[in-house]
Amino acid sequence: MALERKDVENIAHLARLAISEADIPEYARNLSSILALVEQMSAVDTTGVHPMAHPLDATQRLREDVVTETDQREHFQAIAPAVEAGLYLVPKVIE
Amino acid sequence: MHDKTLAELSAGLAAGEFSSVELTRHFLGRIERFDGQLNSFITVTAEPALAQALAADERRRRGEAGPLTGIPLAQKDIFCTDGVRTSCASKMLDNFIAPYDATVVAQCNAAGMVMLGKTNMDEFAMGSSNETSYFGPVKNPWDTVAVPGGSSGGSAAAVAARLTPAATGTDTGGSIRQPAALCGISGIKPTYGRVSRYGMIAFASSLDQAGPMARTAEDCALLLGAIAGFDPRDSTSVEREVPDYRAALGNDLKGLKIGLPKEYFGAGLDPAVAQAVEAAINEYRKLGAEVVEISLPNTGLAVPTYYVVAPAECSSNLSRMDGVRFGYRCDNPKDLEDLYKRSRGEGFGPEVKRRIMIGTYALSAGYYDAYYLKAQQMRQLISDDFRRAFETVDVIMGPTSPTVAFNAGEKTDDPVAMYLADVYTIAANLAGLPGMSIPAGFVGNRPVGLQLIGNYFDEARLLNVAHQYQLTTDWHQRAPQGFE
Repeated sequence: MALERKDVENIAHLARLAISEADIPEYARNLSSILALVEQMSAVDTTGVHPMAHPLDATQRLREDVVTETDQREHFQAIAPAVEAGLYLVPKVIE
Repeated sequence: MHDKTLAELSAGLAAGEFSSVELTRHFLGRIERFDGQLNSFITVTAEPALAQALAADERRRRGEAGPLTGIPLAQKDIFCTDGVRTSCASKMLDNFIAPYDATVVAQCNAAGMVMLGKTNMDEFAMGSSNETSYFGPVKNPWDTVAVPGGSSGGSAAAVAARLTPAATGTDTGGSIRQPAALCGISGIKPTYGRVSRYGMIAFASSLDQAGPMARTAEDCALLLGAIAGFDPRDSTSVEREVPDYRAALGNDLKGLKIGLPKEYFGAGLDPAVAQAVEAAINEYRKLGAEVVEISLPNTGLAVPTYYVVAPAECSSNLSRMDGVRFGYRCDNPKDLEDLYKRSRGEGFGPEVKRRIMIGTYALSAGYYDAYYLKAQQMRQLISDDFRRAFETVDVIMGPTSPTVAFNAGEKTDDPVAMYLADVYTIAANLAGLPGMSIPAGFVGNRPVGLQLIGNYFDEARLLNVAHQYQLTTDWHQRAPQGFE
């Protein structure tokens, strides 16, 4: 499957990645060659094969519904790009 | 002191031949002296290391030392280290001071080990040559024009050059075994779920597994014993007792059944690597093992399957890096979408962006069945191949990598060629099986790795099988020149 310029732009948008105009042809070429590699899977008939979710067939462990974490807001926000009054700051989203 | 193995250093500390402070100063001095040539460390933590060493010596005086107390090691920069930058070799996390310790790090600390620093790696563990690091490539100490392998290339190079007795690594598609092979050291990727993933920055959660990298199988056994075990903070951690790996190292190999997958010895394997691997297998015959040919028919589909599963999971895991709560944020975002897009576009390198885009595409509406579901079905078939094989053999052996270390720059323009460097290692991750690489000769001056794949939770046997080989060969004792 060969990707076009508009496919790359759409995927980059879905992934919320800014990529430069100049790099698009290279992404199209590289992503297409990776998808060609992946296409080799279609040579195998997997009808009726149960998809493997976990190598050991483990199921999700449950625990008691009790508080286990302590409040470390200041500690965690110390490494944030921008905070104010305990809140993370981002550009205005509502005009 | 740096020529001693971890086990020998442990004995030396116990006998009072040297202190942990002396040992730590010695290795810090070597890093200072030699790492300019290798670039194997991103961060060296000299001061905290000396404080840990002092504490370790004090603990020994109190009679509370364990076998690893006072032993220096390096942590791959993918493990969160409280108060120490944890960059994952990315511009995105260049300023990320982890606010907590990964369980692996906490366990090393609890054992009294001394962290020398954080090792270089491929960005977010995506790469097979350590060339995608934001902090520059790592050089292979055996030949500095060659790559050390990846993604745990800094750990492998640092151990090979004796800048540290041991290091941690992580292995999603071969990232412990392939660099171990290319740098001539030993490394084991345990069974999926054996070692906690808590605080290990996630790449592909259903494949990621941490493990030790050191010069010998015995050293790996010691370190694995310290980091393995159940962790309630990792939802896929397995509740199962950790055996005494070192105690299992004395068993002889008479009657051991070794399977050689014919698919691992076909086209694409460098004949000189094949020759070294066959010589190693012959050594095992002399040790009393029985060698049979087996077939893992879906081997050729492991790489294609992996390049759906790994990118899909990475695109999801890396969505947390959005410029809001931690990590890199672009300058002057004009709105929230611009903040996300430019922080991510500027913070991630090209290989990470490629994988995020492949994963995003594979998971986008309408493609799920054709890609991710199909890949999970392929995983089942690949696992079934191994299940059948382990009905008749105890251990599977073959080459770790199809070639010895390649030159820097040789594969950087062709992602698919780079991906095929992991053709023999990826299947073990897809199946969740333990795998190991040990030194088994050279082609020219570049090391060859022998890969051992075991059944689920059979790490003790793998380590013993590797150890018995190291008792009768000396490949693991060879040291690269120029780092004396």
